[in-house]
Amino acid sequence: LPNAVITRIIKEALPDGVNISKEARSAISRAASVFVLYATSCANNFAMKGKRKTLNAGDVLSAMEEMEFQRFVAPLKESLEVYRREQKGKKEARKDKDKKADSEEQDKSREEDNDDDDERMEEEEQNDEEEVDN
Amino acid sequence: AEMAAARLSGTENRLVSLPLSRIRVIMKSSPEVSSINQDALFLTAKATELFVQYLATYSYKHGRGKEKNALTYTDLSHTAEECETFQFLADILPKKILASKYLKMLEKEKRDGEVREDDDEAEEEEDEDK
Repeated sequence: LPNAVITRIIKEALPDGVNISKEARSAISRAASVFVLYATSCANNFAMKGKRKTLNAGDVLSAMEEMEFQRFVAPLKESLEVYRREQKGKKEARKDKDKKADSEEQDKSREEDNDDDDERMEEEEQNDEEEVDN
Repeated sequence: AEMAAARLSGTENRLVSLPLSRIRVIMKSSPEVSSINQDALFLTAKATELFVQYLATYSYKHGRGKEKNALTYTDLSHTAEECETFQFLADILPKKILASKYLKMLEKEKRDGEVREDDDEAEEEEDEDK
């Protein structure tokens, strides 16, 4: 993981003027990689339970809870909303470009994919809400 | 079109700073994982950022580095050992020990071994094999 990015994230999290030793920074970078592996493996377990081969957003969120990082779940959901909106915007921009290039068939299949995603999204959100209420 | 391009190239107010491509590489190194949905990739990257922030602030708050206005390796290693949530990091953040202390420890073990010959003979032989 890029050192500059890791350092920036750490600096933004800590109070101004705090020094971070090179050792500490590289240790955090290693820890971050281990975190990704751990989270991926955990999320994959949820996917397998659901008999799916593709890791999805719900799996990652479930993994966070399993790993005792529930505090991440709410902010992650918020960011996901923004991300999905951004992606939709980008897709629409691309669609416009494609229409000009005369590939209507592609657009149709992409639209279908979006619908499927939307359906799944709704289901997942409902499931998540139920868990939170409990 | 110009505005969109500017937004994509700008580094301010990005939703996530860690590169998704790099995160994907790490995720894919797990043998059981076949494919990763784009949303899942994004969430993992974002979660990793939150994790870095959490690890840094927790270690700083609970560590002694604070006395010198710094975050040190020892702070992190302490966190891995003491806090259950971060225990999965214990192996990669081992406690450091001064070389001199380590040598003293070895000497002490040797001396103890000489006093209790019967018990420790087998152990010492194993150590030598290592």
